[in-house]
Amino acid sequence: MSTGKVEEREETSAELGPFGSCPLPIFEHPQIVLGHGSGGKLSAELIEKVFVSRFRNATLEKMDDQAVLEIGSTRLAFTTDSFVVTPIFFPGGNIGTLAVNGTVNDLAMGGARPLYLSAAFILEEGLAAAELERVVDSMAASAQSAGVELVTGDTKVVNRGKGDKVFITTTGIGVVERGTRMSADRARTGDKILLSGYIGDHGITILSQRENLEFESALESDCAALNGLVDVMLDAAGGAVDGFRVMRDPTRGGVATVLNEIAGRSRVGMVLKESAIPVRDAVRGACEMLGLDPLYVANEGKLVAVVAPEIADRVLGAMRGHPLGAESCAIGEVVAQHAGMVLMRTGVGGTRVVDVLFGEQLPRIC
Amino acid sequence: MKYLDEYRDGPIAAKLVERIKRAQTKPWVIMEVCGGQTHSIVKNGIDQLLPKGVELVHGPGCPVCVTPLEMIDKAHAIARRPEVIFCSFGDMLRVPGSDGDLFRIKSQGGDVRVVYSPLDCLKIAKANPEKQVVFFAIGFETTAPANAMLAWQAKQMDLKNVSLLVSHVLVPPAIEAVLSSPQNRVQGFLGPGHVCAVVGYAEYEPLAARFRVPIVITGFEPLDILEGVLMTVEQLEQGRAEVENQYSRVLARGGNHPARERIARVFEVGDRKWRGVGTIPQSGFQLREEFREFDAEHRFSVEAIDTMEPEVCIAGQILQGIKKPHDCPAFGGECTPQHPLGATMVSAEGACAAYYTYGRHLKDADLTLHRASASGTPDLVTLGDQK
Repeated sequence: MSTGKVEEREETSAELGPFGSCPLPIFEHPQIVLGHGSGGKLSAELIEKVFVSRFRNATLEKMDDQAVLEIGSTRLAFTTDSFVVTPIFFPGGNIGTLAVNGTVNDLAMGGARPLYLSAAFILEEGLAAAELERVVDSMAASAQSAGVELVTGDTKVVNRGKGDKVFITTTGIGVVERGTRMSADRARTGDKILLSGYIGDHGITILSQRENLEFESALESDCAALNGLVDVMLDAAGGAVDGFRVMRDPTRGGVATVLNEIAGRSRVGMVLKESAIPVRDAVRGACEMLGLDPLYVANEGKLVAVVAPEIADRVLGAMRGHPLGAESCAIGEVVAQHAGMVLMRTGVGGTRVVDVLFGEQLPRIC
Repeated sequence: MKYLDEYRDGPIAAKLVERIKRAQTKPWVIMEVCGGQTHSIVKNGIDQLLPKGVELVHGPGCPVCVTPLEMIDKAHAIARRPEVIFCSFGDMLRVPGSDGDLFRIKSQGGDVRVVYSPLDCLKIAKANPEKQVVFFAIGFETTAPANAMLAWQAKQMDLKNVSLLVSHVLVPPAIEAVLSSPQNRVQGFLGPGHVCAVVGYAEYEPLAARFRVPIVITGFEPLDILEGVLMTVEQLEQGRAEVENQYSRVLARGGNHPARERIARVFEVGDRKWRGVGTIPQSGFQLREEFREFDAEHRFSVEAIDTMEPEVCIAGQILQGIKKPHDCPAFGGECTPQHPLGATMVSAEGACAAYYTYGRHLKDADLTLHRASASGTPDLVTLGDQK
């Protein structure tokens, strides 16, 4: 801090008199809090300070959803993800479909063809065997429809109360067969930002199922494997696959969080158009009631792609021709100004910052 | 979407802005009282649409922001007790007290739960008869009916394991405090729509007359706010100082009679401390004698906690509309939502947090907006020279 700033600060405090007062806040967390798993700034801090600092290497530092490794002449994509969700069954899917599709999607976002998965289960004593079988049945069906094989696994059982029914970790490998070089640091001025459809369906579906909320909706999770959609997108670009700068599936933290990550790592600005972002009425209504912003709500079957302007129309057309991308649209573009910041042109014609949340999105009082 | 889109319509907003420009001949300072209005203004960029001569300043109506630190410390002392299930509205969980926030207490084993309705506490209490369920009853008149209903029903059901930690505040005494300040700049008010939906707006009429200020009770959608500004500017230009109701689709002068009746049965008006402002006489609710048994302060003997707040930020001046977040040297640097130095940075409705989250691009740069020529591409934002 500059000396000038300190002096200014002292003057201000002196004017305050009996007014104006605040406590010193906490920042360092002696314990893990729920916000560390939110996908927001707390998660980023945890990953950087606890994990990346200890394992530092060039691949990890890219901070993509998957590692792309060159082994001989093969480019191998490798990723892992853990799944915890309450309730484990919800409209549109269950923890098993999430566990398969989530890892398939992390591979697909790297331009890879997903091939093999592993699955590790932590089961809580007392879990109904029939529930486990239902979960595993859906995993088998999801794997088959995504074209991957589950080739290895593990199970552990913990005492009742030490888990929450079932936790699943899946790891996946795939091959990158095209010449894509997608990574969060590759967005450039003029690139277009494409989104594959309605946002917030998964997060609001899960919320609506929680017992203390008691609102009913016909919403379903959008849980789906996106490798087929990615395939048609890459095909549409023909030889120009280098125009695919980065793809992400906006899961926890939502669209706002992935765009901020990309803007930050690429050192570019972004401008979104609020009216172009598709949100179903049921999701909008729930968000309005609960004081939430759909831009931060989780999706499990959507992707955001930053692509070069010369291929944007072709890619968008291909997306719209695929069943999982029928409502795709261009929601914004990359600009040279305000690097690291995502702005949005609001429906009434103002602009605002679209920031990363600190931790959990908290319902507002009134 | 019905009831939303028609109040967020861009072309109608542009027409209202035109009418404000035509109506305004002199500079005016207007305060929106409610934190929800502040949030909407900054989130939608409404302040950027207004002519330079119409300045919006942000009022004291953020319930999280004005809850005093000592009350937060009392809440934390109760929430740490092993026999307690502590229930709260969501945005109180991250408000730092003298030692940590409710998230930290939860991570250390405290049973802290977010509820959407105070009445959820009844269900929790019945399901956990061996536990004490405490609800953090904060807010303005808006949350008072549901909070009153919790005490009322707990009494009807004779639930011995429910109590309320009450820190309820009222809007009219805060408006009076703002207008009575020698530093006051506010010439007109956008009145609090949801508060008045509960208690009506008759109470605001003596304030408008005594201080010669227009008060336009206003809603929360972009077009509500623009229309409220237009009605306030028209009154100011015409030299009128009346209470008008922009939010007539929701509320009438008398408010909601059953809600008022229930509040009056459970609560009585008393002195309250406001964070950043100090004690304002007759500015809040406390439980009436016959509901005192549900007072958590008494049940858990935390009345004696009296925290002195260190004077490090200008939240008090911001809550009174004397200064704006950008006037604070700590804003966006030392003080951010991750690392809040003051209450107005903590809640999404706090002026500082709203500026930081949605509007911090506006300080250093002139924004000029123009439409991109190609159809289907988003509008571009071009930044002028950095000042």
